[in-house]
Amino acid sequence: MIRMQPSVESTQAIADSDAIAVERTLAGDRDAYRVLVERHSHNIFRLAYRMTGNRHDAEEVVQEAFLRGYQKLGQFAARSNFGTWVYRIAANYAIDRMRQRQKEEARREMPRTEDQDGMENDPLTRVKDEAPTPERLTQSVELRKQMEQALAALTESERTAFVMRHWEGCGIEEIAAVLKSSSNATKNTVFRAVQKLRHALQPLVETRAQARAMGTES
Amino acid sequence: MKHMTEEELIAYREGVAEQRAVISEHLAACEECGGEFERIEAVLAALDTLRVPEPGTDYGRRVWKEIAPRLAEKPGRWWQLWFEPRRLAAAGAIVALIVAAFIAGRFTKRLNPPDNIANKEQVRERILVVAVGEHLGHSERMLVELSNAAPNGPAQKEVNISAEQRRAEDLLQENRLYRQTALQEGDTGLASVLDELERVLLDVAHSPDEVTPAQLEAIQRKIEQRGILFKVRVVNKELQQRQDTREPAPAQDGSTKRERNKV
Repeated sequence: MIRMQPSVESTQAIADSDAIAVERTLAGDRDAYRVLVERHSHNIFRLAYRMTGNRHDAEEVVQEAFLRGYQKLGQFAARSNFGTWVYRIAANYAIDRMRQRQKEEARREMPRTEDQDGMENDPLTRVKDEAPTPERLTQSVELRKQMEQALAALTESERTAFVMRHWEGCGIEEIAAVLKSSSNATKNTVFRAVQKLRHALQPLVETRAQARAMGTES
Repeated sequence: MKHMTEEELIAYREGVAEQRAVISEHLAACEECGGEFERIEAVLAALDTLRVPEPGTDYGRRVWKEIAPRLAEKPGRWWQLWFEPRRLAAAGAIVALIVAAFIAGRFTKRLNPPDNIANKEQVRERILVVAVGEHLGHSERMLVELSNAAPNGPAQKEVNISAEQRRAEDLLQENRLYRQTALQEGDTGLASVLDELERVLLDVAHSPDEVTPAQLEAIQRKIEQRGILFKVRVVNKELQQRQDTREPAPAQDGSTKRERNKV
């Protein structure tokens, strides 16, 4: 799993501090909400980016999640964890955004260009790889493209289940709550997602491994 | 020996298998299943190399800056959102348009047969058309100014685009509102152009106040490559034509939405 797991003590300390910030916000101290936004924005952005696949939508999801969180804060149960709660709001909104995006893409006549996904593709902000060989560059770019396409080909539920389980390390119950599904159905969704990704990517991954073994790729 | 299924191996890899110990023991003993498991691992390891861009250390602060003006004084009271100055201004404009549409309707009523009276849907769409037209006009002007911005001479190392940046921030909020409304109305063509415009506005709004000539050129190139100015002009012109040809209001058959969806 990629998600860094904080210690139990620090998780508890953050949750306690969050609970105080929530109470103060509900009492009318709007700046207390700023603490929550600044603390959880990065986590939500990471989730949103992995779900939507582009920075533009990810940033919208982050903003919308905190706006909705603020509006619904009166419904937030004090004993819950604010981080988990707003995370769930973000995941739900990201699913809606992915659905909208799919409809838009289906209707859009113009093909998408490589450059349309936002700042991460901007030559100014792109991090330069150290001395890539032409083969390595071609293969890694091709693989990245294929991986993005394979992720984009998943259904919203599959992508959500895969991102939340594989990359974010969320529990099945938590994912099931977002997908409004049962635990068993959610496990099946995780399976289907990995299976689809595997079938789409395995040939390319194996070719790359062979090339590496033969020394044509560093 | 009974081999593990793909489902069991994936469940094991993703930590959701029920009989972990059994699978673990089997993998240690069975070369075939071990190989299959490694192939699954290789694909997932490749996927793990996909990076998430770092939004920056001040990202939380930027999110707060974006959402703070849209928050009510106290949370949980939805109706307070309608009393924000920006929303009040927008609501005022909409009320004025409704009144204008009502008055126009009163006059056309005398001239036209009853079956030509604009229905609610037409009025709503007309309001959207007028408001979006204005928004596109403002966006176009900002983008033209930005596209024409240039350093005063080769010695100038930074160009101040803070005015355009602030305008982009304001336009961004409106744009989101209109895009969502267009989607709700089923006007996907308009929503699509607004979505593309939003990406450009977002880039401009997140640019630094002062940019180097190279950064300015990159922004200008991005505007040009996306052809956003052209698309904005086409949609705006099309909206204006629709507005002009709607007097007196024709019967609504959904053709306007279909036409815009082609853009």
